[in-house]
Amino acid sequence: MTKMHLVNIDKPDQITFTKYRERGGYKALEKALAMQPLAIQEEVKVSGLRGRGGAGFPTGMKWSFVPRNSGKPTYLLCNADESEPGTFKDRKLMEYDPHLLIEGMAIASYALECHLAYIYIRGEFEFVGKIVQKALDEAYDAGVLGASVMGKDYALDLHIHYGQGAYICGEETSLIESLEGYRGYPRIKPPFPAVSGFLASPTVVNNVETLTALPWIITHGGAAHAALGTEKSKGTKLFSASGHINKPGVYEVEMGYAMMDFINNECGGVLNGNKLKAVIPGGSSVPVMTAEECENTLLDYESILKAGSMLGSGGFVVLDDTTSMPHTLSNIADFYAHESCGQCTPCREGTGWAAKILRKMIAGKGKKSDIDLLLRIADMMEGKTICPLADADVMPIRSFLTKFRSEFEALCKE
Amino acid sequence: MSDIKFSDDAMKRYDQTLKRYPEKRAALIQILILAQKEFGWISEEVADYVGGLMGYSPADVMSVASFYTMLHRKPVGKYHLDICRTLSCWLLGTYPCVDEMKRILGVDKEEITGDGMFSWNFTECLGSCGTAPTMQVNDRFFESLKPEKMGDIIEQLRSEAAEGKK
Repeated sequence: MTKMHLVNIDKPDQITFTKYRERGGYKALEKALAMQPLAIQEEVKVSGLRGRGGAGFPTGMKWSFVPRNSGKPTYLLCNADESEPGTFKDRKLMEYDPHLLIEGMAIASYALECHLAYIYIRGEFEFVGKIVQKALDEAYDAGVLGASVMGKDYALDLHIHYGQGAYICGEETSLIESLEGYRGYPRIKPPFPAVSGFLASPTVVNNVETLTALPWIITHGGAAHAALGTEKSKGTKLFSASGHINKPGVYEVEMGYAMMDFINNECGGVLNGNKLKAVIPGGSSVPVMTAEECENTLLDYESILKAGSMLGSGGFVVLDDTTSMPHTLSNIADFYAHESCGQCTPCREGTGWAAKILRKMIAGKGKKSDIDLLLRIADMMEGKTICPLADADVMPIRSFLTKFRSEFEALCKE
Repeated sequence: MSDIKFSDDAMKRYDQTLKRYPEKRAALIQILILAQKEFGWISEEVADYVGGLMGYSPADVMSVASFYTMLHRKPVGKYHLDICRTLSCWLLGTYPCVDEMKRILGVDKEEITGDGMFSWNFTECLGSCGTAPTMQVNDRFFESLKPEKMGDIIEQLRSEAAEGKK
């Protein structure tokens, strides 16, 4: 199976500039620097690459919204605020192949005519940031970054910016607020960051995995990327596999790979030979899938959507038949209640009340009518807020309650 | 706490940090990180000092600091143990590890041990679900935790402290 992200991930010396270069690193950047910026954007459009942070928006199209000659600087921000429960792929990429990210960011920056870019890394990953900083220092020393990128008349500065513990800052406008030195309150869109983002200038926010796909795309061409995967989901995807499986880890598979094969092969099957009960395929914010729904589903955006869930970030959490679904939902609801930024009332109140009701339920003090109350709260939250955090709570609440309703009823009196 | 002032080394890093941004304000959170490394936590005095240095009111600085859970607004132990309670860590046994940690340390969350060495709290997803349960201690992670490993980790930290490492 073709790989573009994890090719050298198991080589301990891959983090050094010398070894990265020896294995063909920064050749894609050299190639890109000989191209016109708009030609690179076109190549990315042709590739069909979609944002790997969770939303799946076409990357080339996102770039094309940036006005050229706006008279303002354009900024590229790498979203490395990885915090969606179940997701740990970006950490792997940065910790074991940091130059791949630097190369991807340099290619994107050149294509966007951007001269100042930041990697927004969650503060908890400071030890990962230190590895990336060392790679940045090496890249500066080698002339890959700085006043003249690889000898070309093109300047690029790249810095790390640390978050400080706020899931919401993974939402791109919240990330921008945080980068500007404020509380991470998401902004109302429009204007979209492409037009008015960091310091009211055109800004592109791309995920680590999206950016690390670029060297491969430039080397092999957009068409080669588009030939991988399915009709609408191109390329490969990293899945962070965790929960009740024998071999947790980060795996790269071509889009369209069978979900059950992924569980049985890559994940090494369900832990202790237990029976599969459910899968959360794209991070805790996507609808849960029953074992039956997993049967004939493929790992790509459209197939998972058709099966009633979303590919999201590829945070693939497996639940075996020993799992209590009410307890699991309560754990997830606590997360969103804690991480709601409090700006919008439906989210601040809704996530809080949902978490309280579920806690009451798992303590054996729930009523059957609480199940419908939770569903009503979900209706009052969905689509009524500035950012998608409320929806991220609604999707698990609704799917757990409808697909595993009897388990909730069994816990409730009356 | 009257001697709230950056050391020469911190002042140098303050200047370097500001240079990385087109506008000073963008550096605020990074400066608060620096301040926490210097002073241990973000007290009102620290917010006052950072605000004075950068030209923002203490209330403005505190409103930012209070948004971010990693910026402590009360003292923590020399080693602050943040243990992940979210989905995958929970599925694979965070709570038995927490029970053992509490038993060893003898303090509840957000309390500090008598010797000032340890404090602990729950945290949300640390982005390390493949090696669950995970715990962050200052600037490093301890992964694939088990109740029987908690005592060893705490001992390891104690001996590091005795050797003068941080």
